[in-house]
Amino acid sequence: MAVTELKDTATDALTNTIIQIADDHLILGHRLSEWCGHAPMLEEDLSMPNMALDLIGQSRALYSYAATLENTGRTEDDFAYLRTDREYTNCLLVERPNTDFAHTMLKQFYFAAFMHPLWQGIAKGSNETLRGIAAKAEKEIGYHIRHAGEWIVRLGDGTEESAMRMQAAVEELHPYTGELFTVDESRQQCIEANVLTNIDPVKTVWDSTVHNLFEQAKLIIPEVPYPQTGGRQGQHTEGFGFLLAELQYMQRAYPGASW
Amino acid sequence: MYSQGLIGAETETEETAEFLDAFQSRIDAEEKIEPNDPMPHAYRKTLIRMIGQHAHSEIVGMLPEGNWITRAPSLRRKVALLAKVQDEGGHGLYLYSAAETLGVSREQMTEELLSGTAKYSSIFNYPTPTWADIGAIGWLVDGAAIMNQVPLCRCSYGPYARAMIRVCKEESFHQRQGYELMKSLTEGNEDQKAMAQDALNRWWWPSLMMFGPSDTASQHSDQSMKWKIKRFTNDELRQKFVDATVPQAALIGLTMPDPDLTWNQGKNNGDGGYDFGEIDWDEFWRVVKGHGMMNKDRIKARKKAWDEGKWVRDAALAYAAKQNSKAA
Repeated sequence: MAVTELKDTATDALTNTIIQIADDHLILGHRLSEWCGHAPMLEEDLSMPNMALDLIGQSRALYSYAATLENTGRTEDDFAYLRTDREYTNCLLVERPNTDFAHTMLKQFYFAAFMHPLWQGIAKGSNETLRGIAAKAEKEIGYHIRHAGEWIVRLGDGTEESAMRMQAAVEELHPYTGELFTVDESRQQCIEANVLTNIDPVKTVWDSTVHNLFEQAKLIIPEVPYPQTGGRQGQHTEGFGFLLAELQYMQRAYPGASW
Repeated sequence: MYSQGLIGAETETEETAEFLDAFQSRIDAEEKIEPNDPMPHAYRKTLIRMIGQHAHSEIVGMLPEGNWITRAPSLRRKVALLAKVQDEGGHGLYLYSAAETLGVSREQMTEELLSGTAKYSSIFNYPTPTWADIGAIGWLVDGAAIMNQVPLCRCSYGPYARAMIRVCKEESFHQRQGYELMKSLTEGNEDQKAMAQDALNRWWWPSLMMFGPSDTASQHSDQSMKWKIKRFTNDELRQKFVDATVPQAALIGLTMPDPDLTWNQGKNNGDGGYDFGEIDWDEFWRVVKGHGMMNKDRIKARKKAWDEGKWVRDAALAYAAKQNSKAA
């Protein structure tokens, strides 16, 4: 195999991985932004958009970098708006509907608790551009862990109703967490190139973050005999099509227009 | 919009003439009135009403723009809109806090909004069917709000005046952002140009209504001006807004939906200004009284958020109580 082909394979692997991470951030940020103006209290009408802004901001940095690597003239918006559902490779967890405040905070916490050690690894990794993105993202996501985590404790140890809703969210969303730790061929190549760290230590940190918080929140981690996966292969849940219909509406209704 | 806050304000007081004179002297000396200072009952009531309505306007105002967050056409626009709507929520928070210094709670004010006893700006009872409405709101609605609010930075009540300084800085950024959005549409394709003009057609008159009834019909302006709660009359502010905005529309190739709009050199003491057509006051009062296209939907959306959030607020209180009893 020629050297250029090898390089291309590595670039493709990197691009694919970056798009996966970007898709996770865009879709979770989009879901969170659905709350804006409808939160349980005014303070949360400020906090949730704040976190959504962090996530969408991170997705923009990642899509832009993917566009540079791909070098075909696509932009951040082409990635965000002009792909079909099968081309989005976000994990299923982030696309799950908001349902209620308990589900929303838990989704946020599961994801942030995963991204924090992942960003820490990237920040020490071999890719300079990603190191820059990770340095900022790591701090932001650290806040998401605290904010969502504090709510999970309040709800888990609040009233009978809130405890019941919090545990119901855990039962519903926990089966989607396994997909966070799947390593496809592209991620494997990134790990080998020291762009990403091994997934095992990330999983160990995540397990302990979740375990410690759940203890404080009086929540029980359920057994998951049948984990839900598919997003990384572009196989999404039914609600995802509606999410894309909203997200892409303007770009689809007015093709080629600039905004 | 916030001058609408004076509609129905109580202006009768029972304080002695001596007390009222002393208060008026402080106002005339441009002293700021602070939360613990003695103040006439009607001054307090007027401010509670006005600041409360301003706060509610910020909160209800999140809805028409929030309507487009999930459909914004680019990531850049999406984050700008999200940040803007978040700013409005922030304004609501400072304003509720400013009103709380007058002895009313945020919960009480929220209940009044949801039950329909407290009002908010009538502008937010118009719908946002297209993306261009986001530009029109930033440009016109925030533009009109700034005209009203810049003089409020000198309002005699200290906490309100200080809150307004920060609010005005952010609103002026929103206004420029909205205008830039409209401008980009007018530089786009025919669909985009048409969308921009259509939005201007729908928002222009309601924006003029934001300044409240005309001076001849406004019952409470005099006392509020005397107490330096307000510094300009509704019609003065409306005129300033028209004069500032008409050239902005021309600059981006949009036409104001008012055939009577003409330059009049004799206006504004010879500096010139625009004569404009008659505002449809029937429409204004219809919307103020709760019969605009979106009045019921807006309150329904706020009530839904409040009711569905109750278990969360209850849980936070219950958790805090448990922590306190552990600490005790």
